[in-house]
Amino acid sequence: MKTTSSRKDTLRGVLAYVGHYRGYLWASLVLCVITVASTLYVPILTGDAVDLLLGPGAVDFAALWPILAGILALVALTALAQWLMGLCNNRLTYCTVRDIRRDAFAHIQRLPLSYLDRQPTGDVVSRVIADVDQFADGLLMGFTQLFTGVLTIVGTLFFMFSVNAVIAAAVVVITPLSLVAAAFIARRTFKMFTLQTRTRGEQTALIDEMVTHQKVVRAFSMEDETQRRFDEVNERLEKCSLRAIFYSSLTNPATRFVNALVYACVGVAGALVAVTTGGITVGQLSAFLSYANQYTKPFNEISGVVTELQSALACAGRVLDLIAQPPETPDAPAELKHVDGSVALRDVSFSYTPERELIRHLNLAVSPGQRIAIVGPTGCGKTTLINLLMRFYDVDEGRIELSGQCVADVTRKSLRSAYGMVLQDTWLKAGTIRDNIKMGREDATDDEVIAAAKATHAHSFIKRLPEGYDTVITEDGGSLSQGQKQLLCITRVMLCLPPMLILDEATSSIDTRTEQRIQRAFEKLMTGRTSFIVAHRLSTIENADVILVMNQGDVVEQGTHGELLARGGFYARLYLSQFEQ
Amino acid sequence: MRTLLPFLKPYRKECVLAPLFKLLEAVLELFVPLIMAAIIDNGIQARDTGYVLRMGLGLAGLGLLGFVSSVTAQYFAARAAVGFAAKLKSALFRHIQGLSYTELDTLGASTLINRMTTDMNQVQTGVNMTLRLLLRSPFVVLGAMVMAFTVDARTALIFLALIPLLGLTVAGMMRLTLPGHRKVQGQLDRVLVHTRENLTGVRVLRAFGKQESEQAAFDADNQLLCRMQRRVGALSALMNPLTYVLVNGALAALLWSGAIQVQAGLLTQGAVVALVNYLSQILVELVKFANLIVTITKSIACAGRIEGVMATRASMPMPAAPAAAQAGADVCVRFEDVSARYQGAGADSLSHISFAARRGQTVGVIGGTGSGKTTLVNLIPRFYDVSAGRVLVDGVDVREQRVEDLRRKIAVVPQKAVLFQGTIRDNLRWGDLDATDEALWRALEAAQAAEVVRAKPGGLDEMVEQGGRNLSGGQRQRLTIARALVRRPEILILDDSASALDYATDAALRKSLRALDWPVTVFIVSQRASSIRHADVIVVLDDGELAGLGTHDELLKTCPVYQEIYSSQYPKEAV
Repeated sequence: MKTTSSRKDTLRGVLAYVGHYRGYLWASLVLCVITVASTLYVPILTGDAVDLLLGPGAVDFAALWPILAGILALVALTALAQWLMGLCNNRLTYCTVRDIRRDAFAHIQRLPLSYLDRQPTGDVVSRVIADVDQFADGLLMGFTQLFTGVLTIVGTLFFMFSVNAVIAAAVVVITPLSLVAAAFIARRTFKMFTLQTRTRGEQTALIDEMVTHQKVVRAFSMEDETQRRFDEVNERLEKCSLRAIFYSSLTNPATRFVNALVYACVGVAGALVAVTTGGITVGQLSAFLSYANQYTKPFNEISGVVTELQSALACAGRVLDLIAQPPETPDAPAELKHVDGSVALRDVSFSYTPERELIRHLNLAVSPGQRIAIVGPTGCGKTTLINLLMRFYDVDEGRIELSGQCVADVTRKSLRSAYGMVLQDTWLKAGTIRDNIKMGREDATDDEVIAAAKATHAHSFIKRLPEGYDTVITEDGGSLSQGQKQLLCITRVMLCLPPMLILDEATSSIDTRTEQRIQRAFEKLMTGRTSFIVAHRLSTIENADVILVMNQGDVVEQGTHGELLARGGFYARLYLSQFEQ
Repeated sequence: MRTLLPFLKPYRKECVLAPLFKLLEAVLELFVPLIMAAIIDNGIQARDTGYVLRMGLGLAGLGLLGFVSSVTAQYFAARAAVGFAAKLKSALFRHIQGLSYTELDTLGASTLINRMTTDMNQVQTGVNMTLRLLLRSPFVVLGAMVMAFTVDARTALIFLALIPLLGLTVAGMMRLTLPGHRKVQGQLDRVLVHTRENLTGVRVLRAFGKQESEQAAFDADNQLLCRMQRRVGALSALMNPLTYVLVNGALAALLWSGAIQVQAGLLTQGAVVALVNYLSQILVELVKFANLIVTITKSIACAGRIEGVMATRASMPMPAAPAAAQAGADVCVRFEDVSARYQGAGADSLSHISFAARRGQTVGVIGGTGSGKTTLVNLIPRFYDVSAGRVLVDGVDVREQRVEDLRRKIAVVPQKAVLFQGTIRDNLRWGDLDATDEALWRALEAAQAAEVVRAKPGGLDEMVEQGGRNLSGGQRQRLTIARALVRRPEILILDDSASALDYATDAALRKSLRALDWPVTVFIVSQRASSIRHADVIVVLDDGELAGLGTHDELLKTCPVYQEIYSSQYPKEAV
């Protein structure tokens, strides 16, 4: 995915998030004013105190006590203000970050599958986790140091102007030079940071892929090759990180160098003026210099913060980019009602990529309660049909109707809840077995859960797990066998009893004896429910009301088992092939 | 952090030079006021324009020198930090690749990924900042103290009291916040799990209309993360005010004791001014230092998490003196009274299994869901270790062989057909990195996958997306079989690998496996009796126990479990 947003857009996006906490922003600013003002005032009090220490026997203790008390009070106030400011900044940063993560996650829920199927999981994860984390660091540092820096500049300016307006004006005119230097470097490094974040995303995607499928890596002894690939990306990342970090860290020395030059020029010019015309006194010059020095220091700090913000912005850009991806077409407001189970596909065309047509002008009418078996060679478009029925993808042309309603005219949620889906790719979430079964119906009682598990014959193996239904499984099932996972997926559907079913190789990993045992439950489940079944098992296919024979995205034949056999076409050849050995 | 230090070793030079140049810069800065004083004292007083200009050049020179040394310091610090992180990352990745299946099962992918990414980033920042600033601050603080002693030793005792107090505060804060930072990273793991699940399980979650409840679960954990971050942040935010109070308390004490001593004639006003100046220098430095400490504490917490993974030892002991397998032994695989149990499981997954497979034989493994079929074949390449008995490959216990040598002669086609990002060719070459295109095509033909590849516009160069998402389940499965055949293995394990294939393809596949042009012992794990009925030996498993062993015909006569399985699939021929 390209980084489409420019730096300005990113900044605008970040500000919009921060804007929600305007109150804390103002509070932080006010506290910052208090902190900086009292911090700058303490030296004046100290000076007053020192002025009282005139010499032996001449110390005015009576005047000294109130000053010391004043210093202590001021320090207490400053410390309190500083801490409260810290709390405000914390809240500001972490709430902003929480909001961004929440929105990113919410957006993932709305992104079309066509986007998610293409995007490496690790890359998206990297945006939501690592990039946002990096952003939080930069933002916090920005709030904490940027305000203080700016206000310190404003404060010193105030004090400077109160001493000598002309000198102050001169210093003000010269110092922006360092800002120019900082801006110059910042512009250049933003690109490097973007490259760094992108490479980091690439690395995360690789880590994600290889760690997730580590067992396959092991099975092929590909550890070395994988390591080689990892090291390749790692080295590239090392190089571009080094560049980004080093070049950005130039800002601070560069601004300091500029300031040193300014300081030297001011000193020399002042001295020359003093030597040739005597237009400036030594005392004035030294005051001038010390202020110039005081005044430029925060610039150095700010430039350091700017670096950090560069990196933070590059990271924010990636997550905001994710949030800016076009979501699914909005849902129509209507709910799907009265599902009678009839399905009609009218002149449906669909392809994943414009160059390769997959489904062309497909027509299909399914009556309520029918059992539809979809058969065909692998890759013929069976899964695509399911993608369209569930509206994971939208059709390019034509329409799909469910109980007379066009699926595009109802909410996706109500459409999908009409189907119970079991896919060949078993997927379980991290959590207890019970949580996984209850996914389709949160309000199910324990008895109902157990009844469903008994119906699918999952109960006996769950019972044998160390904690029974409360056994926690890791992401994607841990050491459960593929068949056990599949039984859990079936139990999940068994519990919520939707009006229609989609079974994509739902029992492929379950042994035939168990399958036969759960067959009765399946029969009961399928009675009166329109069911789409992708299966290789002949028994399932033979009992279907309609067999759809698909090949290369088209329905090439349609009919019952007997009819199709009699026709002696594609299906008959497919069917006979299993007996030729 | 300690066990990670060796990774900094290659950067020893950088680790010394970076702080050194930083110190040099600090020292150079100290000269500036001296030169300025010289300009005022000598140049202006003597009206010597040439001297002023020379000194001015000197100032510029100092600035340049400072710039150069600072840049050098930044460079070395960046190099050490980035290099360290890269080396550590590579080592951690290698370590993860060395963990055995048991550890992988218990750790889970999410936390490993988080430790490889966010934790690493924090550690890198920590090292960088430490090298740049850690030495500088104590140097300035201690330097100021030494200078204070040269002014007036008695008053400087205040400094001596202040500095340990400051040290205690910093150390105490680190101690207090460290567990908080660790917790934050742990919570971040949970947020990561949610994010990953909603990507990998998007179809199921959407099918069940779980978007809202998933969002609610995510929000809850996200909110908790936010609260934890704020809690530890509130503690960290104490650092600056505390040091500020300490230093300014010392300032008040200094003014007070200074007043008394000035009154007594023991100290001059100028000396007090100097002492105050040194205190304010300390203060300026501490402000920077406090921020640094927060960063460092955070990265120590992250380093601890990385160390945690590094300290996870592979539970599988490797033989000190590996035994050579007997090449061409007649019995290729032998199980001797083997039992196996997963870590944390309540019961054995396999108990007392014994059988032998001769070279070139086809072994069928059949049994109910969860009967231990996959566990059985996973023992052959030693993905897990047996809990009792032994598994012999080529006449030698697998635990006594070099695991690389053992696995090189075995190819496994796992149940879940996983392909990786890259071209089809890249994926097939997992079997053998040096395979020619011709060899790849031969494997594809045998795996019934040639037409799949031929139908792709890019052929072998067609890109496979992550997880093979742009291929159908059956296509993926055939490609994974081809990948295994590319290796030309001595032992081929098909772990229910034909489940997504239609009958015709399955039959053709079995036919071509019998016709391979090298001797191969094949293990076929299957639910279908048809897939294994022609095997030379069939192992029938029931609940982890050996329920039958023999050929199809023998088992049909003697083994009730097998009879039941067979009749469930061929009801018409039921015995």
